[in-house]
Amino acid sequence: MSETTTDAGPVLAADGTPLKRSLHRALRMQKMRALALIAPLLLFVLLTFIAPIADMLFRSVENEIVAETLPDTVVALADWDATSDQPPGEQVFESLYFDLFLAAEAKQHTKLGTRLNYEQTGISSLFRTSGRKVDDIGEEFQDVIEDIDPTWKEGRFWYQMMSGSGGDALLDERRDRLSALTSNSMAGDIGFDLSAEIARLLPNTARAYSDFAIFTALADEDVVAEEDPWEAVYAALGVDLRDADTRAAIGAYSGNGAEALQNLAAAAGQLPDFTFREAFLDVDEDWGDLDNWRTMQVYSPRLTSGYFLNAVDMQKGLDGPIERPENQQIYMKLFERTLIMSLVITGSCILLGYPVAWILANLPARTANMLMILVLLPFWTSLLVRTSAWKVMLQQQGVINDVLVWLGLVADDSRLVMINNQFGTIVAMTHILLPFMILPLYSVMQTIPPTYLRAAKSLGATNWTAFWRVYFPQSVPGIGAGSILVFILSIGYYITPEIVGGTTGTFISNRIAYHISSSLNWGLAAALGTILLAVVLILYWAYDKIVGIDNVKLGG
Amino acid sequence: MSALTPIEKKPIPFTLGVVAAAGAVAGIFIGTAQGSTLLGVVVGALLLAGIGYLAMQILGHEQERMVRWGTLALFALGGLLTAGLPGLVVGGLFGWFFGWFVYWIGEGRYRAKLVPYLTPGQVLWHYAFRVICGAIFIFLITPIIVVMPLSFNAEDFFTFTPEMLRFDPAGYSLKHYEDFFTNADWQQALWNSVRIAPVATLLSVGFGTLAAIGLSQQHVPFRQAIMAILISPMIVPLIISAAGMYFFYSRIGLQGTYMGVVLAHAALGIPFVIITVTATLVGFDRSLTRAAANMGADPVTTFFKVQMPLILPGVISGGLFAFITSFDEVVVVLFVGSAGQKTLPWQMFTGLREQISPTILAVATILVAISIALLTTVELLRRRSERLRGMSPG
Repeated sequence: MSETTTDAGPVLAADGTPLKRSLHRALRMQKMRALALIAPLLLFVLLTFIAPIADMLFRSVENEIVAETLPDTVVALADWDATSDQPPGEQVFESLYFDLFLAAEAKQHTKLGTRLNYEQTGISSLFRTSGRKVDDIGEEFQDVIEDIDPTWKEGRFWYQMMSGSGGDALLDERRDRLSALTSNSMAGDIGFDLSAEIARLLPNTARAYSDFAIFTALADEDVVAEEDPWEAVYAALGVDLRDADTRAAIGAYSGNGAEALQNLAAAAGQLPDFTFREAFLDVDEDWGDLDNWRTMQVYSPRLTSGYFLNAVDMQKGLDGPIERPENQQIYMKLFERTLIMSLVITGSCILLGYPVAWILANLPARTANMLMILVLLPFWTSLLVRTSAWKVMLQQQGVINDVLVWLGLVADDSRLVMINNQFGTIVAMTHILLPFMILPLYSVMQTIPPTYLRAAKSLGATNWTAFWRVYFPQSVPGIGAGSILVFILSIGYYITPEIVGGTTGTFISNRIAYHISSSLNWGLAAALGTILLAVVLILYWAYDKIVGIDNVKLGG
Repeated sequence: MSALTPIEKKPIPFTLGVVAAAGAVAGIFIGTAQGSTLLGVVVGALLLAGIGYLAMQILGHEQERMVRWGTLALFALGGLLTAGLPGLVVGGLFGWFFGWFVYWIGEGRYRAKLVPYLTPGQVLWHYAFRVICGAIFIFLITPIIVVMPLSFNAEDFFTFTPEMLRFDPAGYSLKHYEDFFTNADWQQALWNSVRIAPVATLLSVGFGTLAAIGLSQQHVPFRQAIMAILISPMIVPLIISAAGMYFFYSRIGLQGTYMGVVLAHAALGIPFVIITVTATLVGFDRSLTRAAANMGADPVTTFFKVQMPLILPGVISGGLFAFITSFDEVVVVLFVGSAGQKTLPWQMFTGLREQISPTILAVATILVAISIALLTTVELLRRRSERLRGMSPG
């Protein structure tokens, strides 16, 4: 606040505060009141509408499933050089075994298979069969271990051996890992405390047993001590015992189950010595196919551009995006068809709407109001009513064909095919969207004084010149507004193409709906939707520039 | 409009030529339907030329009434003989038209309402343009008209049966309406629509009116951005809204619930309420609220006693828009709803895609009747609103 320098001092309001401050406060109050009135609705729209849209945008790049289902494999695989023709190292296969075992227990491996199958056909069945047979690998360890010392058969013995204190850090880490995998929070008492000593001695076994304990207690809701461990726990023990240092350390170990462990370490030579790579190739030889591994590596990050690339007929290659094979390119064609058909529909609407708007604007008000009903009635009639009407009209046994046959213009056995193709979609949608063209055109034409046209004619212009040079330029804003409106509406249409479009007359929206409800490829649906949304928003922006959002008029 | 140009009788060759050409065009269709196009053209041209000559040269316009009835009767009889009862109706229409047409051309009446300086070419274009516009109006309204008689079909067909064309009462029945009112699926769908739409409307009108009043204040920060957000449900293609809501509502457990559908529909209806109510508020005279405040009314009283009655028409028509949006909506409910929220449009959509049943047409007819009622209401409200605003000072 700067002080005024007049003798009277600052101008004061009635209550003695400086007028400037008082006015400021009043203005702020007004703004706050306006915002307070708007706030509930704004919040409502943000929650019920904007948040879903944002969620869709997020889903179009989200790719957490790979990293959440196979976290250790993804880490191990990152070091693999995908361009080489060498298979990934043993570490990758070992991690894959434990990740996949867990995923199969949580029944998440098929979801991952489905996800990767979008990118590489065949991975889905690979994951399904492997998930089924992954138990067999662990069983080989289990059989041998139990033969060496039958004590290992008992769940209670395992429980006592693994129990202790100080292993909470590892348990918490495994809880997080499992909760990411299963979308179960995995919080709660599991009735088991891991021994820190065992965790140091047998790291793999401790991890596998912790997973088993957490899953058994919280997902299966059983008592850990009474359950026999998973095959993966035996496999983990086998892996631990392969290490000479671990075997040496077991000799010095004296905690729970020390005797059984020492027996086992002594007989370690009997344990299976196959590599996990061999085991997986045994389960399904497709694990030797490097393309599957490349796909897993390329799609392992938590955010991916893969869905967007897919939406424009490309895919992620090893060195950036590459085009899909010719026979898999469908989306660009579909976008192109959507755009072309929307343009044709917009064009037909201009062609049919212009004369009607002209005559409505130039007839005496009474007649114009009567005729306006013919425009407004379709506008107000349910979309499905109009779509079903067109189905009735355009069918091969429909009204138009019947009339044509009756008139003899078409033979009974060669009735026109007017539905389930592009023609059907264009006719029906032109009819449905025509009022959206007529109404803005009409409101613009009403403002053009008829005297201009007469003046042009009296100055010697022909009918055509007068129309084209004088009237038409003034009606262009109406055409612009109507066209953008019709185009925006038609580009996202779903219901009408679905019913009268057949296979050749469908739009990108139908594909989006298909991916949401049938193929369940939500990421791709979201990416296609995002692209469509971007197109519409650009058009909307143009509409705002030309017409102004505030000037949108509804009916009448 | 009174006559602009004195009318005069046209030279007989002109009249006969035009009338015969019209007869020939009509003859094409009748002829083709009866087997010979050429014969139809010739007969049509000769017949009309004959009537024209008779009317203009022999009987004159003193006998106009008789000639027109005569033509009507002649054509109706011809139609009856060739195609039975439907032929009678079609023939009667043709006869009525030609009887009028002959005098309209022959007496030069077509010039009456046009300015005198138009050239013949301009006159022809004037009427050709009207015919084109008429055809477009027919295109607009026919699909809706066609549905109505078909909904009374006695058969399970989507087209006119021979019985219907013969106006045989046996060809008509109310069975599809009966099906609609007794079939549990349709009744459940109707009930769901009735349960969802009003609640969604109430939500969008409540929030929307408040916000519209806020938006019409003089100083609103970020007005453009707020407006863009509030209008967006109308602009974003429905399939995208549906996809987003499906994803998001499944996350928060609203997918497949009644509440989810209501919230989604309320969001879709909001732009309509905002647009209509702000449009009404543009003409609202602010000095009225100031006067009320001056007389001691608190803001709430002012709102309900002064502002609300004046903007009520806008609020109601916004509400009607919101209602019809929800009542007609199918894409979003298809994704956000589950079988328990199957609405009327959804049921129609499945009906059109899977089991084709003419019950859909009966429902369509009922919906058309409802939309006519709504259209009338909105129109009346609009007029009332204009009158109210015209009355307010300033």
